[in-house]
Amino acid sequence: MIKSFNLILITFLLQFSISFSQNYIEGVVSDENESGEIIPFPGVTVFWENTSIGTLTDIDGNYKLLKSSLSKNLVFKFLGYKEVIIDVSDKNFYNLTMLKDENVLDEVVVNKKRKTIQKSYFKTQNIINVSSDELLKAACCNISESFETNPSIDVSYSNAVTGVKQVKMLGLESPYLLITEENIPMIRGASQVYGLSFIPGTWVESMQITKGTGSVVNGFESISGQINVELKKPYSDSPFFVNIYTNDMGRNEINLHSNKIINDKLSTGVYLHANKNNHIIDNNNDGFLDHPLSNAVNFFNRWQYINPSKGTVAFFGYRFMSDKKELGENIENKVFNRDPWRGEIRTNRFDSNFKFGYVNPSIPYQSLGFQMAFSRHDQGSFFGKRNYDINQNSFYSSLIYNSIIGSTLNKIKVGLNFSYDDFDEIVDQTKSSYNRIDNSIGGFFEYSYDSLDAVSLVAGIRYDIHNNLGSFFTPRFHLRYQPFEKSVLRLSAGTGRKSSNIFSENQNIFTSGRQIKISKDLGKFYGLDPEKAFNYGLSFRQGFFINNREGDITFDYYVTDFENQVIVDWETQGEVSFYNLDGKSFAKSLQIDLEYQLSNNVLIKSTFKNFDVKKQYKSGLKMNPLTPKNRFFTNLEVSTNEKKNGSKWKFDFTYNWIGKQRLPSHTELIDFDGYSPNYSLINSQITRVFSNKFEMYVGGENIGGYTQSNPIVGGYPFGTDFDTSIVYAPIHGALFYVGLRFNN
Amino acid sequence: MKYIIILSLFFSTFSFSQQSNLKSLKVSFLVKGVCEMCKDRIEEGTIKLKGVKYVNWDIISNNISLIYNSKKTSLDAIHKGISLLGHSTNKYTAPSEIYNSLPDCCLYENENLVKH
Repeated sequence: MIKSFNLILITFLLQFSISFSQNYIEGVVSDENESGEIIPFPGVTVFWENTSIGTLTDIDGNYKLLKSSLSKNLVFKFLGYKEVIIDVSDKNFYNLTMLKDENVLDEVVVNKKRKTIQKSYFKTQNIINVSSDELLKAACCNISESFETNPSIDVSYSNAVTGVKQVKMLGLESPYLLITEENIPMIRGASQVYGLSFIPGTWVESMQITKGTGSVVNGFESISGQINVELKKPYSDSPFFVNIYTNDMGRNEINLHSNKIINDKLSTGVYLHANKNNHIIDNNNDGFLDHPLSNAVNFFNRWQYINPSKGTVAFFGYRFMSDKKELGENIENKVFNRDPWRGEIRTNRFDSNFKFGYVNPSIPYQSLGFQMAFSRHDQGSFFGKRNYDINQNSFYSSLIYNSIIGSTLNKIKVGLNFSYDDFDEIVDQTKSSYNRIDNSIGGFFEYSYDSLDAVSLVAGIRYDIHNNLGSFFTPRFHLRYQPFEKSVLRLSAGTGRKSSNIFSENQNIFTSGRQIKISKDLGKFYGLDPEKAFNYGLSFRQGFFINNREGDITFDYYVTDFENQVIVDWETQGEVSFYNLDGKSFAKSLQIDLEYQLSNNVLIKSTFKNFDVKKQYKSGLKMNPLTPKNRFFTNLEVSTNEKKNGSKWKFDFTYNWIGKQRLPSHTELIDFDGYSPNYSLINSQITRVFSNKFEMYVGGENIGGYTQSNPIVGGYPFGTDFDTSIVYAPIHGALFYVGLRFNN
Repeated sequence: MKYIIILSLFFSTFSFSQQSNLKSLKVSFLVKGVCEMCKDRIEEGTIKLKGVKYVNWDIISNNISLIYNSKKTSLDAIHKGISLLGHSTNKYTAPSEIYNSLPDCCLYENENLVKH
C-alpha cells in the first residue's frame, strides 16, 4: 500500500498540477428498473481481478478504488446480475450499467464511458482535462487542430498563404498563454506561431487547460491561461501503434509508436511522425495556393525509469523535427511577366529533457523534483522579397520541493527556476538583425489549503530576477468554495508578464507588403517595454439531474487588464506599427457551457461565448481585429453499445457559429463596412471500432463549405498594399478524410 | 543580494521541514470500517486531530498508517480521537450512540455486510 502510494506521489510530483485522480479508478454503477429508467446501484462489489482488493458501491452507486499494481482488470459483481470484467488500465473513470443474468444475454452493455473533457468539482483551480479520446475527434493531425472540438479554446484561420491557425483563449492570442509540455515551457519565442502544429496529436496522453493566470510554479509568463500537454509514457502506452490519415486535399500523415518495457524499472518508446502534401490546390482561383506544399518529419525517443521501493522516477527524452513549407503563387502552367511571388518556411528543431523525482518512502508527503530541458529552434523563411530568420537556443531548469505544514491539509511547494534564451533574428532584405539574451532566475512559494469539504485555496508568490524585465514579484491566488455537492464557485486573480517577440509572434507581417514601424521608446525589447497584465475571474458550476441523467451548467467570466502591452497596429494600410500601450487595453470574456447526457449513448455540449477585447490604438480605442464578439458551439457525441470484443460505432458532430469580426481597414474591403459577415462551420466524424486493436474513421471538416471570397487583398504582391493576413474564415471549402488506427 | 533572497527561501523551507521530521513518529494500527465512505470519514476525521500530519487508511486490511508529531499529541489521544468518529480501534471501542449514527454502509459490526 505504502509503495503504491509513493508511486502516486512521485507521479504527482512530475505532473505538478495534475490531480491525484490519475491514480484512482472511479465511476458510477447503475441498474435499469422495470420501467427502463437508469437508477443508482448501491452495494455492488467492485474489486481487482484475482485479488481481495475492492470496495462496495455507495448509496448513489459510486465507487472509487486506488489503482492496483496487481491487476488491471476490474470485476463488478452482484448476485443475480452478469459479472463484468473490464480492463481499466487506461481509464480513470468507468461507469457501468449492470445487466440481470437471465442466461440469454451474453453481452455486457456499457452505458457511459468516461467523458473526454472533464471538469472537476474538487480542484481549486479552473482546470479542464482533455483526454486522448477527445483528441481523436479531430483526427488530423496536430495539437493546434485538435482544439477545434474544444469550446474553451478558439482556433482561427490567420493567414491565407501559410495555412497557420491561431489559438486564442479568453479572447487573447497564444503568446499570452503559457504552453508547457509536461510542465516545461515549450511553445514560446521562436516557436510561438508554428509550435503547436509541431506536436503530433497521437503523441499526446492528455492536456490540462487552466483558465486564468494559473499556478506560479511554471513561471511568470502566463497571462490568460496555461495549456499543459502530457505526452505518452513508454511504461503505460501500448507496445505498438499506427495511425494513417489521408484527405482529399492531398495531405498524408503517418504516426508510428513503439514502446518496450525492458525490465521492471526501465522502459523506452520511439515515436515517429511524418506528413507530406504535394497537391497544388487553388480552388478559389486567386492564383495563390490554398495551402502550402509541405513535408515534415518528427522523431522522439524517451526513456522512463521507475523504482517504487526507492521512491524514484526519471525520464529522459530527445527529439528532432524538420518541417518545410512552400507557398505563394501557383506557377504551374502559368506564364508570368514578372517574378512569381513565392515563399518558403524551413524549420529545424532539437529538444532534449531530463526529469527526476524522489519521494522518501517513509515520509510520503515530502518529495523533490528536478527537471531540465534544452532546445534549439532554427527557422529560415522568405516570402516574396522579404525574409525572416530566427534562431533560438533555450535552456530551462527547475527544482521543486513539496511538503506540508502541520498536516496534509496544508501543503506547500517551494522551488527555483532558471531560464536562458538566446535569440538571433534577421528581418527583411535590409538585413537588420536583432540579437538578444534573456535570462532569469526565480524562486516560488505556493501554499494550498484543503478543508476536504467545502473550501480549498491555493496562494502562490514568486520573485524573479530577469536581465531585461527587471526584478519583480508575481502573486497568484485561487479559491474554491463548494457549498453543495453539485455546486462549485471558483475565484482567481494574479499577474503575469512577458517580453514581446514582435516578429516571431506576428509572422503575418512578412506575407504582406506592409512596412514595419517600431516606435523608439528605448525599451529592452526592440525598443519596446515588457508586457504586464492583471487577470481575474470567476467561475460557477452547477450540476443537475433531469430524468435521472446527469448534466451541468458552467458560467465563466474572466477579465485581463493590461498595464502595458505592445500594440500591434494593423490599422493603417501598407504599414504595421509597434508601440507601447498608452491608455486602456482589456479582454473580457464570458463563457456559458451546458452539458447534458441526453441518453445512455448521447452526450450534448453547447457553449456560448462573448468577448469584449479592446485596446487603445493611436487612432482610438478599438476592438481587437479578427476577434469575433460572439461565438456559439455545440457538439454531439454518440456511440453505440460496446460489444464484448470492443467493437462499436462512434459518431461526432460539431457546429460552430462565428459572429462578425472587426476588420482592419483596407481599400479592397470597403464593401464590408469594417466587419466580416458571420458564418457557420460543421465538422463531423464517424469511427468504426472493429476491436480494441483496430479502428477506421472517416470525417469532414467545414462540410458546409463556407470560404472567404477574398483572403488575399492588395493586388500586386510586391506592393505595400498586398496583404494575406486579413483572414476571418476558412480558405478551403469542404474537406474529407479517412484513416485507420492499429494498436497492439 | 537579490539572489540570496531566492536561494535562502528555498533552502530554509527545505531544512525547516527536514527538522520537523525528527519529531515525527510513524505508526500503524487497526481501525474498523467497511467501505470507501468510511475511508473518507476516517481519513478526514483523523487528519483534523491535533498533531496528526499524514494519514492513510486501507480498506482491505482496515489498517491505518499515520505520521504524527510526538510533541503535540500522543498515540493514546489519536486512538481515542478516532473512536469518537464512530470507528473502533484496537484500543478504544466507539461509543455506541456515535456508532449508530454512522451511514448504513459503514456499520462494520453488522454481520450481513459483505467484507473483503
